[in-house]
Amino acid sequence: MTGRPRAAARAASPRREPYRRWTRDRVERTALRLLRPLTIAALLLATAFPFYYMVVLSLRDVQALILDPGALFVPPGEITLGTYREVLTPEERGGQGFVDFIRNSVIVSVAAVALTLLISIPGAYAVARLRFFGRRQVHFLFLAVYLFPPIVLAIPLFVLFSLLGLRGSLAGLALVYISQTLPVTVYMLRNYFETVPRSVEEAAAIDGCGPLATIWRVTLPLSRPALMATGLYVFMIAWNEFLFALLFLVEDRDTWTVSLGLSQLAGAIEVPTTVLMAGSVVLTLPIVIIFFACERLMTGGLTMGAEKG
Amino acid sequence: MSGRRVLTLRRREARTGLALISPTLVITLVVVVLPLLWAVMFAFQHARLINIRYTGLFGRYTLENFSYVLGEPGFWSGLAVTLVYTVAGTFLSIAVGLVAALALNTRFRGRTLVRASILLPYVAPVVAATFVWQVMLSPQYGIANEIGTRLLGWDRPVGFLTQASGELLGVNVPVALLTVIAFEAWRYFPFAFLFLLARLQAVPRELHEAALVDGATPVQRFRYVTLPQLGRVIALLAVLRFVFTFNKFDDVYLLTGGGAGTEVVSIRVFNLLTARDDIGASAAQAVVLALVLVGFLGLYLRFFAEPERSTE
Repeated sequence: MTGRPRAAARAASPRREPYRRWTRDRVERTALRLLRPLTIAALLLATAFPFYYMVVLSLRDVQALILDPGALFVPPGEITLGTYREVLTPEERGGQGFVDFIRNSVIVSVAAVALTLLISIPGAYAVARLRFFGRRQVHFLFLAVYLFPPIVLAIPLFVLFSLLGLRGSLAGLALVYISQTLPVTVYMLRNYFETVPRSVEEAAAIDGCGPLATIWRVTLPLSRPALMATGLYVFMIAWNEFLFALLFLVEDRDTWTVSLGLSQLAGAIEVPTTVLMAGSVVLTLPIVIIFFACERLMTGGLTMGAEKG
Repeated sequence: MSGRRVLTLRRREARTGLALISPTLVITLVVVVLPLLWAVMFAFQHARLINIRYTGLFGRYTLENFSYVLGEPGFWSGLAVTLVYTVAGTFLSIAVGLVAALALNTRFRGRTLVRASILLPYVAPVVAATFVWQVMLSPQYGIANEIGTRLLGWDRPVGFLTQASGELLGVNVPVALLTVIAFEAWRYFPFAFLFLLARLQAVPRELHEAALVDGATPVQRFRYVTLPQLGRVIALLAVLRFVFTFNKFDDVYLLTGGGAGTEVVSIRVFNLLTARDDIGASAAQAVVLALVLVGFLGLYLRFFAEPERSTE
């Protein structure tokens, strides 16, 4: 059915224009045929090269880098893993102690994911399914939170956490991440919960399930992709975040996350650049692996609202 | 009798709804809404971390913070830098994202790989991305300057992130600001790309086929078929990217530390808070930032939003 108009167009075109004439159509088609591969190559180069270069530098010795900064690959004899050893060894033994930073990042990110899901699942279900006073207004509140400059929020939280002694604690940081991601996770989950057929839930209710049991036994098993996507979104935010980590944790090296650790050591002159590059790879690799392992879910979640608008 | 029963069911539903949403509400109130109000209070008081316990709801209110912040020499230039950075960054990231989405809209071998590569800048942690850029652009051992001086015949290395101004083709340009804008476009065009590609693939094929039958050239088909379909997504992206870029702190801070003519307002807020320990002034600066943003959003909604557009 859909093939017919195109075939008609093809059949019609030779009649309208003599073969080999440089019509506007043909010029544009030729230009696009040439431009497209060039554009794709340029995009590939611009996005992949910095990360390729990151890996290359992380495998070189810093002396070699200064002698020959233009090298685009590591000469096979020169490859070293000493940079990774140095960046991961604990500080007491002369390394940079990234293993501790990784542990802190994992604690904060996993706690943020677990608690955000725990809180936002019932919330999203309520907004998707139940009629209660203020259901419509809740959205505006969340949207406002999302659009507010984080730096405005940083000031009172900095003061509050200083007063409560929560500054320097990973729990305080996780709490901030939860509050920052809740609006989006509730929104994402609500969109998905609305696609779960109401009749299945009603069947569960007739079988004697209360709202919580319905969520647990019916809605959640049916929304596994959305849960994965939402959890990954929170994990990415928590793993990559910098501003709040800087404000709350900078004074105590034992609590640094990987992002904060890398940024602090990058300012110091005594740590060789190649060692820090190894640190960058350590920081980047987990998130890239996780993202591409679940890419289909992630991009679906990120653009969930796009088709609507 | 049946009327009463419906009412109780309805009431029970409302009560359950509130109970289920309440953890979300409580967290948002305690960690976001109340602190925001507190920040506004700080903006009108003499607040420093040392005397913070004595500033309360009934403390002494004053406008001095605002007059101080607005009167500082760097304020207006900071606002101007923020605006240039935001407008240019928003425009470029959407434009590049559109080009990328159009280029990847048709199938070719290795498309999945290219797509994955395009998403890298957006997925990677900001600290790692800025660090690689810093190293690549370094005047001492950066590969960009190495290529520039050796192959392109530059007289001397360019301090992409440390030089406030330089000459390009005889015109004086703000080097560091342009670099920071380029970084913004590089890092966030994948965001626009994702939205635009999703929308492109939802454009009905019949539209393109009809245009083909009418003899429309590729550019005409883009102009009169594709672009109108993308209008709403582009408008949405423009708002989102404008807001996010306007509030941006970490990218610029990590790249230049706010030096060399890149001191955006959020960096001024941060410096007032940490370096000078002046909570009142930094809160006042932040409130001004938020107000300017609200003003721009109001203008946008007033002039560009479609009036008939329904809620949600």
